[in-house]
Order: sequence, then C-alpha cells, then structure tokens
Amino acid sequence: MHRIHILIAMDAHTIAQGAHSVKDELQRELSLAALTDEVRVVETGSLGIYNKGVVLVVFPDAVYYAGVKVEDVSEIISEHLIKGRIVERLQYADIPETKEEEGKAPRFGKQVRVVLKNAGIIDPDNIEEYIAHDGYEAMGKALTEMKPEDVINTVKESGLQGRGGAFFPTGMKWEFAAREKSEEKYIICNADEGEPGTFKDRLILEGDPHAVIEGMALTGYAVGANKGFVYIRGEYKMSINRMQKAIDQAREHGLLGKNIFNSSFSFDLEIREGAGAYICGEETALIESIEGKRGEPRDKPPFPPSVGLWGKPTIVNNVETLANLPQIISKGAAWYKSNGTEKSPGTKVFTMVGNIKNPGLIEVPMGITLREIIYEVGQGIPDGKGFLLAQMGGTTGGILTSEHLDLPMTVENLREIGAGLGSGALLVVDDSQDVVDLVKNFVEFFNHESCGKCTLCREGTGRLLELLEKLTDGRGELKDVDLIEDLAKVMMKGAFCGLGQAAPVPILGCLRYFRGEFEKYVKKPQVAQAAVA
Amino acid sequence: MENITLTIDSKTVTVAKGTTILEAAEKLNIKIPRLCYHPDLPPVSACRLCVVEIEGDRLLRTACSWKCQDGMVVSTRSQFVRESRKMALELLLSRHPMKCTECVRNNFCELQDVAEQLGIREIRFDYKERKGELDLSSEAIVRDPSKCILCRRCIQTCELVQSVSAIGLEGRGYDVWVDTPFGKGINDVACVSCGQCIDRCPVGALYEKDHTASVWKALDDPTKHVIVQTAPAVRASIGEMFGMPAGSLVTNQFVTGLRMLGFDKVFDTDFTADLTIMEEGTELLGRIKNGGTLPLLTSCSPGWINFIEHFFPDLLPHVSSCKSPQQMFGALAKTYYAEKNGIDPKDIYSVSIMPCTAKKYEASRPEMTDSGFRDVDAVLTTREAAVMMKQVGINLPELHEEEYDEPLGISTGAAVIFGNTGGVMEAALRTVYELVTKKPLENIEINAVRGLDGIKEAEIDLDGTKVKAAVANGLANARKLLEKIASGEADYHFVEIMACPGGCIGGGGQPIPTSEEIRKKRVEAIYKQDRKMEIRKSHENPAILKLYEEFLGEPNGHKAHELLHTHYVRKSVYEKAEA
Repeated sequence: MHRIHILIAMDAHTIAQGAHSVKDELQRELSLAALTDEVRVVETGSLGIYNKGVVLVVFPDAVYYAGVKVEDVSEIISEHLIKGRIVERLQYADIPETKEEEGKAPRFGKQVRVVLKNAGIIDPDNIEEYIAHDGYEAMGKALTEMKPEDVINTVKESGLQGRGGAFFPTGMKWEFAAREKSEEKYIICNADEGEPGTFKDRLILEGDPHAVIEGMALTGYAVGANKGFVYIRGEYKMSINRMQKAIDQAREHGLLGKNIFNSSFSFDLEIREGAGAYICGEETALIESIEGKRGEPRDKPPFPPSVGLWGKPTIVNNVETLANLPQIISKGAAWYKSNGTEKSPGTKVFTMVGNIKNPGLIEVPMGITLREIIYEVGQGIPDGKGFLLAQMGGTTGGILTSEHLDLPMTVENLREIGAGLGSGALLVVDDSQDVVDLVKNFVEFFNHESCGKCTLCREGTGRLLELLEKLTDGRGELKDVDLIEDLAKVMMKGAFCGLGQAAPVPILGCLRYFRGEFEKYVKKPQVAQAAVA
Repeated sequence: MENITLTIDSKTVTVAKGTTILEAAEKLNIKIPRLCYHPDLPPVSACRLCVVEIEGDRLLRTACSWKCQDGMVVSTRSQFVRESRKMALELLLSRHPMKCTECVRNNFCELQDVAEQLGIREIRFDYKERKGELDLSSEAIVRDPSKCILCRRCIQTCELVQSVSAIGLEGRGYDVWVDTPFGKGINDVACVSCGQCIDRCPVGALYEKDHTASVWKALDDPTKHVIVQTAPAVRASIGEMFGMPAGSLVTNQFVTGLRMLGFDKVFDTDFTADLTIMEEGTELLGRIKNGGTLPLLTSCSPGWINFIEHFFPDLLPHVSSCKSPQQMFGALAKTYYAEKNGIDPKDIYSVSIMPCTAKKYEASRPEMTDSGFRDVDAVLTTREAAVMMKQVGINLPELHEEEYDEPLGISTGAAVIFGNTGGVMEAALRTVYELVTKKPLENIEINAVRGLDGIKEAEIDLDGTKVKAAVANGLANARKLLEKIASGEADYHFVEIMACPGGCIGGGGQPIPTSEEIRKKRVEAIYKQDRKMEIRKSHENPAILKLYEEFLGEPNGHKAHELLHTHYVRKSVYEKAEA
C-alpha cells in the first residue's frame, strides 16, 4: 500500500512544459530515496489548471504544485514527502477547498465535479482505477436490473440535454432511435472538437476515457445498438491513444464485446479519426465522413436517429453528454437534477480562454452567472482592464456584454437573448480589444471552414470577410455595414446547416451592442474633408 | 394515398403525403425560383433560392426538399423570403462572369431566367472569379468552372443517373469547384462522354466541343463534297431549339433546313440503323447457334461502350462487334457511296447530326478509319445543328418539307425507333423473328420493351427457341444488369443498353432542358414516325438489300466485317486505356 500518491497532469500543455522529464526525475529521486514502495506517481489527465507549467498534486494532503521544473523535484521530495513541509514557493494556492456532502457531487469553490469527477484523480490508462471509483457500476446496474426503456426513462427524467451545443433532450433523441425497428443501429461519440478555444472533450477523453465508453455502452443498451464509433479529431493524438487503450482494456475485462455481464447485450467500439474539417463536428457531416465521403451536412429530416450511419438509426452524442450518463444511471435522475436549474439541470464543462487571469477547464452548475465564472472561478481580467464582452459557446457563440453579467447562464435565458451555451468555450475579451478585428477573426475562421455546399454559407462567409477587410482597410462605406447585417440575417435563417446559421450570430451580436465600432471604420465622406480644408 | 391539406400564400391546397412545398406551390400556379433542383435528381438544397417561410419555424426551409405537412402555413412571398432569395442570387451572380452574349447558353440559361424572375437590378458584391481551370482535354465535353454556380446537378447526374462519378467537388468553402479526380483533364478520367451533365447544367459551365466551325469550313470549300447523316432521335427534338413544344416531329423540315445550309447530300443514319439490325441480328443468331458468348450486348451507344470499357472490361466479349450506325455510315460513305458515285473519298466531308456528345469521341477513335480515312469527319449535336441554322436565318418551323437523298436516306420504321430505349431490341426482334421462323410477325409493336422504365425484360419464341431479352437505359440501370450478368445470375440472350435515360431522345446533345415529361413526348414522336413509315422492318429495306447485293455480299461476311465491325479497348477506372 502506498502512503502517498503524486498525480502529475499529462496533457498537451504540461507535456510541452516538460511534464515527462519531471516525472522521470520524480521516479529517479524516489528510488534514490528508497521511497518507491511508499510513494506512487500517477499520470492523470488535465487538472484543469492552464498556462501554469507542469502541475502536480500530492495526496492525501491535496497540495497542488504548479510550474514545477526538473530541478524542483528533489526539494519537493526532501521537504514535503520526507519532512512534511509544503514547498510554498511552488504551491498553487488558488485551488479552492473541495467540499464533499453526502448525496451530492463534490464542490470545488464555485465548481462542481460531475463529468470531471475522475479527471486528474485517476490514472486514465488503468481501468482498475476507474472501476475503483465506481466505474462500470452503472453498466452493471443497467444490464442486470434495468430494461432499456428504464434507462431511457431515467435519462429523460434527469433532463439531460446534449452538451454538443444544441441542448436537445438526450432521452428524447434516444427514444426516436429506440422506436426504429432495425437489425443494425449505431452509437457515435462526437469527439471532433473543432471549436477554437474549446478543449473540454479532449480533456474528458484524456482524463476519464472509460466514462465515455460506459456512457456509449449505456446508450447502446437503451436504443438497441451493438456497435459504436468514437469519432475523434485527428489532431488529438493523446485522446486517440488513451481511448484506444481504454477500449482494449474494457474488452479484456469483458466490459465491451459479446454478452456483457452475461446479459444478452453485446457492444463494441471502434475509433475513427477526423481529418481536420470543422464541419465534421456537425452530426450528419460526421456520419458522411465515417462513410468515407466528403464531410458535408445532410438534409434533415430524416434525422440520424431514424436514418443515420449507412442509413441505419444512429445516435450521435457529444463526449460530455456521454460522460454524464454513468452517474445519472447509478445515482439517479434526482441526484443529477440537484445541480443546475429546473429547466437546465446538471453541470456544464467550460474551457475559459482569452483575457482571463485563470484560464482552463472548469465545471460549473447550470444557472451560474457570468460574473461568478469570470470574477470568481476565473479570478477576473488581468492587468486592471475592464470587461468588454464574452463570447459564449465557441466561434459561433453569442455575444454577452456587461448587461448580461448577472444573468443566470441557462439554456433558456441565453436562447432568449439570441445566444447559447454552445460547445462550452468561453472567450473573455477585455476593453482594450478591437471589436471589428475580433469579428474579422471569427469570420476568417468560418470562411476557412465552410464546406462550400450551400450558397449562403459558401459565398456569404467569403463576402462577409471581404466586407470586413474593406472596413478595416479604410475603404468601407456606411452601406457596407448595412450589407454585412443584411447578409448575416439571411445566413442565420437561410443557410443549410448549423455552421452557416450560427456563423452570423457573433457578427449580429457585435453589431447589436457595438455598431458604433463598425461605423468608426467608415471612411470620412469627401465633402466633410473638403469642408475641413 | 394519404392526403394533406396546407396553406400556401393564404390559399389552401390538398396534396398527397410526401409532396414537397415546391410541388404543392406549383399546383397553385406559383413557380418558386430554383437552381439546384432538377426533376430528374433528388434535391440537394444547395442554392437556397427556393427558400420559404413556414409558420412557427425559426428557419427558412427549402421548398424543393421540405415535405408538406397537414395544417402547415407557408409563405413563399414574404418580404424576408424575397430578400433572402435576392441575397442568395446576388451571391451567385457576383461569382459569375456575366459574359452572356458570348455564352453557348445565351437565352436558355436558368441563371438568366431566375435573375429575370427575381427582378435583379443591382448586384451588391464585386465580381470575383471562381476557381478551376477550363478543361479542353475531351473530344466531347468542355468544362468551364468559371461559369459554374455549384448547383451540383452535374455531379449528381454523373453519380446517380450514370453511376460513373467522374466529377466531384474540390476544395472547400469560398473556393470550392467541380473537378475530376486529381484534377486530371476530363479526357483522362473515367468520363464516358455521355453529356448528361451538360443536359442538366443550368448555365454554360458544361457544353459540347464545338464542331460547327469545321463544318462551316467544309461547307464553304467548293472542292469538298459535304454529306450529312441525321440520327433518328434528332428529328423528334430539334424543333424545341426553335421554340416548338417537346414532341414536335420535324423530320422533313429538318431535311430542307440541312439542304439550305448547303449540304450536298442529306442522308439518314436510319439507313445504317437498318444495316445494324442485319449485322447484329445475324451475329446474335450465330452466337445462339454456335454457343458463342451470351448475352449479346448492343453496341450502338458510344457512351455505353465507354462505360463497359472502363467499368466492366471483363464483359467486353459480350459486346456486339458491330459498329454503331453512325460509324457504319461513315465507313460506307467513303467506300460504297464514293465508288458508286465516282467521288474521290478524300474529297468527301462526312458530317453527322447526333443527339449525343459521346458520338464526337466515337468518331475520333483510332479504330474508326476503316474507309482509309477518318470515317466521320465532324459530329454536330442537335443543339449545334440548330445553332448553324440560326446563324444563317433558317427558321425550321417555317420550312416546307423535303425528302432524304437516295440511297443512304432510305430507311424503315424499325430504324427510327433506335432513337429511344427499347427501339434496337424491338427492331431486332421484328427482323430476327421473321428470318428464323419465315413467318410474318403479327404484332410488330412489342410493348414489353417500350416505355421509360430503367430496366425492361421480354421473351420471344422463335419456333421453339425462347429468346430472353433485356433493355436498360441510363448507365446506373446498365450497371445493375451488368452486375447480374457478371455474377451469372442473368440468363438473357440479348441485351440492349443505351447510356442515356430514355435512350437517344434523352441524349447529352439534345435540346435543354430535359425531364421525364419531355423525354416521354419525344418518345411519342419517335413511335409516331415509325407508324408513318411505309416499311417497318429492317430486312425489308430495299436499299439495304441492294447494298448487300452490290457491295457487301452477305451479313457478317468478309467485307462487312472489314467495314462494319470493330473491337474494344480495356480501360481502367482511373486511366484512359490499359495500353
């Protein structure tokens, strides 16, 4: 039995900062100090702490160290592990105290850990650790005690809504697929996370891959599917590797494959790698891509739960949605609803980026205000600057300004003001930034990522970019601002798919709240100049 | 059938379940603008011109794809709908070169039509050229991506109607364009030159390779003896190029028009269609008798020949060795006709008018020189023939009627039905039955092989020998039949295949637009011509009998083989030919 566990975060950021060397040094120093029997070093997924270098946690003390370098290792071992004195100069003290209450998810300051319950706590490469943290308990319960319709009903009662951005009721989606009579049905995990500034799915996959596998198996059981695909963005090499390892281990343990838990239910998974197109995060384009076709959205209806992959009923769920499922099944709908609001139950995982002191991965209950997220969880805006706007939900997200700081973040509240929670990226922008430049940035992204299928998105994104460049180059006229607005409005209602419909959202948001900023770029009329002369 | 009642622009309409808003609106005489929609193809909802508002729906919906629902309240004309359509169209127009007056599609362009319909008076965006290079590599088809409006009708046609998929989308977003695999020229991929893409292109991004200039040059040259042959299907469609309704039969006015153009002789491909029946019928009976490769597959349609060469080269021994009627004519014109009339074959310029673009490629094949010259010098599509007439002020509908020249203008009803699907089969059965049984065929109209179904089957009893026949039109249907033949599942003796839907009347060189309805009317005109003919069986054509007697000897004989038969080339899906 180990007396002490050191968890070291292994994510793209910490690895770039030398996490592997720090880990090697830890192992070397521990063996020199003959502590290997007492202290165990565990690689985990992200701890949710960003831009702070290599991060470790020493348990059971729950002391966080950030910015750890190879040369700091011997000090941590001799001071903390041997003498019991915390190395204060390395301590990351911004970690709020974790509160555990009977029957509730652990709270972590304003944060609540449901989806991220295991992330940064367990070794994602070791299925035993997941199992030790109640992993696969929900699957056992579902397969031995529940009928598929009980699983669907529990998810319906929980009020879980799709975390990919559309917030469609998950249980209802399942019901559509369950109703279809088909020999073959498919479950797809959408891990094609392409939204700039969003990396929550990646960190969930890397920190707790078995929760996603279990969620997919539960979905398969509920709708009657025996085959699933995890569609992971190709650039997410670590996610792919960890997921593959997790699938292999689950298979070895009989948790994937034929007759799981000696039931009549069989389920297996394969990984498919995305090739980098943003549009493949759209569920029907993703399906086309798995089928080996050009990644382009399909006309809906029919929707994938009726006609999906290879024409068969298919459920496409987001990583975060799936990761919620095991706990909903094992702890029940009421437990899940104890977080969040009535209409928007549960938690939401965000990646907070931009002009914020403490960026990174957070999980907060639905209904939290923007002020709480920015000023408490994120510790405010750096360099004494003021808050200009926040973009909620990725590049296609709506624009929130200071008037929305105290609005509870729920699906329905945001929908009302023409915004949404989207994929869970929160971009915080301080008041030294140029709004038009920001919008141009968004549009450049869409222009690059439009698949080219429909006129409005294909031509519209290109024209929006040209018009914005015209403005910033000082060639613009007032009518160009109007044209940007008219075009954006038509795209929002008339484009083929979610990409083209959502691309105008931040543009219209910025025009609504900061129109003056656009007009400032308009060249002065000749007459006025003549008058000055 | 379940009915649905909905409201469109405050008017109530009842339609069958499954009807789209576009179709329902048409019942109310509302023509919703559209560009990517084509009645032959499933909707792709790409152009966004047919958008409508549905009460309670936050998005605009495309009328071409959106199904009517009971109680639905639709506006096809609200201010926002009108503005959205204009916006979508301006976006398309601003990427279009607008060189309308120099475009092959001037005056029958759907983009022009829609701009007129929507009353476009200004385009708020600057012109920006589309990506993609002019592709002149093919003998048959020219692709000009600069004019493309990305409606995808060509891609869908190639994939779904023809199961060829020689073209697809390249690039993404603003810079997407239609291209061949790996950007090779269309000549260097598995394009079969059928030209169905041209028939469905709403603009001038796809058109045939121009042969009018060479034909004019020959007509202007006093040392040339310029002769022309007209394919069966052209007489049933060329009237449409002059504003006549689909189904107008203009055979003898067409002859007059061609004489006015200056052709020295106006002959008929129908003559060699009759000859094809003699040669192919003999080949079929020979194969049945001698245990040859069966089923025998017809060889008149050059798009189909390209298809089997590319996609099913292992089945090539099934294909009849008979040249197509166009090429039989070409070979005879510079031999039999030249000898008979004392004309030096090098002075003969042989033109054909075809409903087809693949015929341009066929005429250019190196095998097609058995006369010692290029057998057919130029191939005009129906459209090009009409353009030439218009160029010199010939208005076909106003012309009097004249007869074809002899002897290569003498033909039968069996020959003219080559112009539509099932026609070759019917013509062959009329002859084969009588040659084998020595009895007259009682009902010469064989309905089992008529009509526009993709695949048709028939059986005929030749005094105890049952001949099983199948007919396919459109290459996707041909593929289905070929797969059955390749797997040994099919036990046919004789199979007719036409590359284009409906056969030649729906060919890639025919007047635009095309649709099932238009093809039906052209078919009616073809059968009308058959009924009008004095002789309706190929083996009774006196000019053909004389040809054998004077020149060829017997069907499938030595001379016939030399001039009228050919061989095929194995090609792969990716390369033009496997050496």
